[in-house]
Order: sequence, then structure tokens, then C-alpha cells
Amino acid sequence: MPPLLEIGKFSFRYADSTKWAVRDFDFAAGEGEVVVLAGPSGCGKSTLLRAVNGLIPHMYTGEYSGSVKVAGREVASTPMRELAQMVGFLFQNPENQIFMFSVERDVAFGLENLGVRREEMRQRVDEAMRLLGVTELARRAPHELSDGQKQRVALAGVLAMRPKLVILDEPTSLLDPMTASELVSAVDRIRKEISATFLVVEHRLDLLVRIADRLVVMSDGRKVLDGRPAEVLSDGDAEAYGVAVPAMTRLENALLSDGVKLPGNLLSPEELAREVNSRTR
Amino acid sequence: MIEFREVTFVQPTGVKALDSVSLTIGDGEKVAIVGENGAGKTTLVKHITGLLKPTSGTVLVDGVETSQMSTAQLSKKVGVAFQNPDHQLFSESVEEEVAFGLRNFGFSQELISSRTDWSLKFFGLEEYRKSSPLILSGGEKKRLTLACILSWDPQVIVLDEPTVGQDSIQKEKLAGTIGMLASSGKTVVVISHDIEFLWPMQPRVVIMKSGRVIMDGPAPQVMLEKDVLESARVAQPEMVSFYAAIRDRPKSPFVDPLEAARWLGVMKPR
Repeated sequence: MPPLLEIGKFSFRYADSTKWAVRDFDFAAGEGEVVVLAGPSGCGKSTLLRAVNGLIPHMYTGEYSGSVKVAGREVASTPMRELAQMVGFLFQNPENQIFMFSVERDVAFGLENLGVRREEMRQRVDEAMRLLGVTELARRAPHELSDGQKQRVALAGVLAMRPKLVILDEPTSLLDPMTASELVSAVDRIRKEISATFLVVEHRLDLLVRIADRLVVMSDGRKVLDGRPAEVLSDGDAEAYGVAVPAMTRLENALLSDGVKLPGNLLSPEELAREVNSRTR
Repeated sequence: MIEFREVTFVQPTGVKALDSVSLTIGDGEKVAIVGENGAGKTTLVKHITGLLKPTSGTVLVDGVETSQMSTAQLSKKVGVAFQNPDHQLFSESVEEEVAFGLRNFGFSQELISSRTDWSLKFFGLEEYRKSSPLILSGGEKKRLTLACILSWDPQVIVLDEPTVGQDSIQKEKLAGTIGMLASSGKTVVVISHDIEFLWPMQPRVVIMKSGRVIMDGPAPQVMLEKDVLESARVAQPEMVSFYAAIRDRPKSPFVDPLEAARWLGVMKPR
């Protein structure tokens, strides 16, 4: 089976810029994978996301070379209408994408636009609300909800389109830690249930590294690190590229380099404490 | 110095967003305000900037009641970077954005240009000085709002979720800046969900829940109160959770991983 997302030697330069925003980017992700994209601000992450959801080249003009394919289809030659059904996008701030008078109307908005049949729409909306645990909010007005609930409603609206690939742009940055952790667990559950691929841009890695399959680091428009989160975070270069290596991982790395043997990677504080306690008994 | 005396704020909808809050923040203090979404954090700081006036109680900035000062008078004393930078960026160019505030406060042309240069350089925005603020990334816009505020040197600096969109290098720089401002006698108030960013700064931590201050104290003390943190939906910093779970430990939690590694080195069986 071909990878769900396949990027080959992709480069892009905005029409009004002299600098390449993304340069010679190669990447492939399979179905159901959760891939975290990190790197300093201005490294080209947003440009890459736009090239995946089609805003580049359909809305933003510039010099484009290489190839970006979703589910085997070249993004540059696929109409936006079709891309919108293949690639879902959740913005950082849910206020930017929920605006209807009730939660269920909001979740249905994309489907209504596509003219999906009524029974199918009902079914898809119900399924998306169930996946995000917002069924009981169906008749509520979105503006009355908490930020975490709004974010879940916005994601339900994205999933109702049954995308093959879901892009999350700093999905937890405006959420309190507990709410953020609930959203991350929801993503983990959903990707198993619907086997969608998730591409997540996030600076706060402590929550996400535990569910991510891969961590890709960009710098200056290029891909500089790519691997399992534990590998990438134990690479001494990760921090130099502006990746926020979680405190526990930094402690783990310090212990490993000191010759201490540990039972695994990315241990939680409690797991690492158990290990320490057993050694000093 | 900022003083809240029994401040209650009732929204037009009838919701009590602040419920008899009393709080004193001195010069040179760095204070982190934490709590779940909707706990009243932003409402609290809007009272410092005078954007909101209390329904009852008083707020004093440098000994003067905010209800006696205009927002313009207050803004010279209190610089605030809102959560959403789009709410405060509107100029045609990045350099003009910084100069705008300075000009409004009546600084000389010479000071305007030297301070604009300094703050754009400090926040790594020089290459964009002629660009429109609208083309900046989210993280860069955030930094631009900080550059604007620091350029006029206010006594009180309020940062609402300053780390959103910032990579670890920028965050570290920001933490350094906050430390530097506090040690030079400024009052710095930071609202943030990013506990891992706040912890190494070792601020005074104020926990809010349902419009009330439910805990207030130095970070090492507050962050060990797991039950209080949970009730306010605030996460415990990883270093503190680890510290709390190990058997042989120093008197106070580890500030950073290297400190913990050094301690564990001592504990390693030979």
C-alpha cells in the first residue's frame, strides 16, 4: 500500500520572498500514524501544512517544485473541493472555525456545504460527536462552551468530513493542561478507531510524545531530524533546533549518558521514580 | 505595586468572574497566574490594565485606584501582551508598530528610533522591520507585542499566554527576559498553562478557580500540593512529580533535570 502522505523533494518559495520557505523536503507517513512536526518558529512548518491541505499552490502563489501526494493524489492538481474531503485542518484557536448556532449544526457545516444526503449527514455527525464525546452538547450554542469543549466540537466538525489525513496546528496551546491531556487521549483513541493519519504541529511535546509514532524536526525549511520520538529527543541536536525536550526526557538522557541502564524510553515521572527507588533500596 | 482589595467582578450576564479577590504584588516580583480555562485569570489582569473596573472592591496600581485613572494613563505604567496578538497589531510595518506606542507617549524622535532598534533586535525581528505584521507567524506576532511593550519601559508587565507558538529557544529567552525584568525591579505577571515553562523560573504561583484565588505561594511549595492542583485542573511540573515519588530526596524539588541528575549521581549504588 502506498503511504498516505508522500512528499518528494518538495520546495516552495512565496511569490514575494527571496528565501525558500521549504527546501528539498522528503517525507512519507502511513495510515493511522501520528506524526509530530516541530522546529523553531519560521522554520517552514506552516508552509508545509499549507502544501498538504492545498492552500499551496491553490491559494498562495510562488515557485513550487517536487511533489506532495495525499492518498496517491497530487495535491497541486487536485481541486480544493476534493482536498477538503481528504485533509482536515484544526486551527489553534477553535473560535476561528466554529460559528453556527448549535453544536450539531456546526459539526454538520462542512457536510452541508458538500451537499451530502440528509441521512448520511445525520449518521456522520452523530459518529463524529460520539468520537469526541460531545453528543450531549449537540443542542448547545458553541459560544456557551468551555475552550476544551469548543476545541472538541471543532475537531468533530473536521472528522465528520471523514478525512484521511487530519492536521492539528498547535491544538493544545490554548488549553489548560488537564484539558490538553484529554484532547491528546481523544486523538489517540480516534486514530485507532478510524485509522486516520494525524500530522500535528506542536511546541509542547510532553503530552504528545507519548502517543506519537514519529517526530520530525524542521529547521530553515529543511527536514533535519526524523524518527521515533525517543530517538529524536535523545539526539543531542534536538534542543539546538529549538525542540522543547521534556524535562523528564532530559533527565533520562543525562542518566543514560552517565551509564545508567533504564527499562525503556520516555518514562513518566512515576516510572522513573520507581526505577530510582529500586536502585537505592 | 499592584493591590487587589476584595475585588468582585460580575459580568453583564450575571456570572461572577472574580469573587472577592485580595492580592498584593510587589515591585520586582514575578508572579504566575494559573488555573483552568474560564477560572478568571484574564479578567483579573484586565483589572490591572484598567480595561475592566471592579463591580465592588478596589484595584490600586502604584497606590492609585484604577477607577481614578484613564486607560491611557494606566497603559504607560502597565504594558500588556494579550493572548491573541491580532487584537493589538494594526500598523503597516513591524517597525511602525513599535514606534506607534512610543510616539503616543510623546517620546523624542531620537528615543523612538533607538528604542525601536533595540527592541526589534532583542526579539529577533529585525529582518521583518519593513514587513507588515500580518505576514508574521503566530510566534513572531507574540514577540512583536512584547517588543512594543518593553520599548516604553512600563513598571508592570503583564503577559497572557506568552509561550504560545514559541519554540524552546524563544521560551528560554523569554524566561530569561522575565527574570531580568523582575530583578531590575519591574513587576511581571504571567498567565500561562505552560507549567513546564513556568517551573524553572520559580515564580510566586497564584492558583485561580471559579473567580477565586485558592492558593498563593512560592512555586516549590504550591506545586507540591497535588490535591489543590488537581482541583484547579493545573498539572504538576514533571520535575515535581518525580521529586515527590522518589524515596531519598533533598529538601526542595529539583528545579531542572541536571540538578536531579547530579543528586541521583550521588545516590547511585557503587
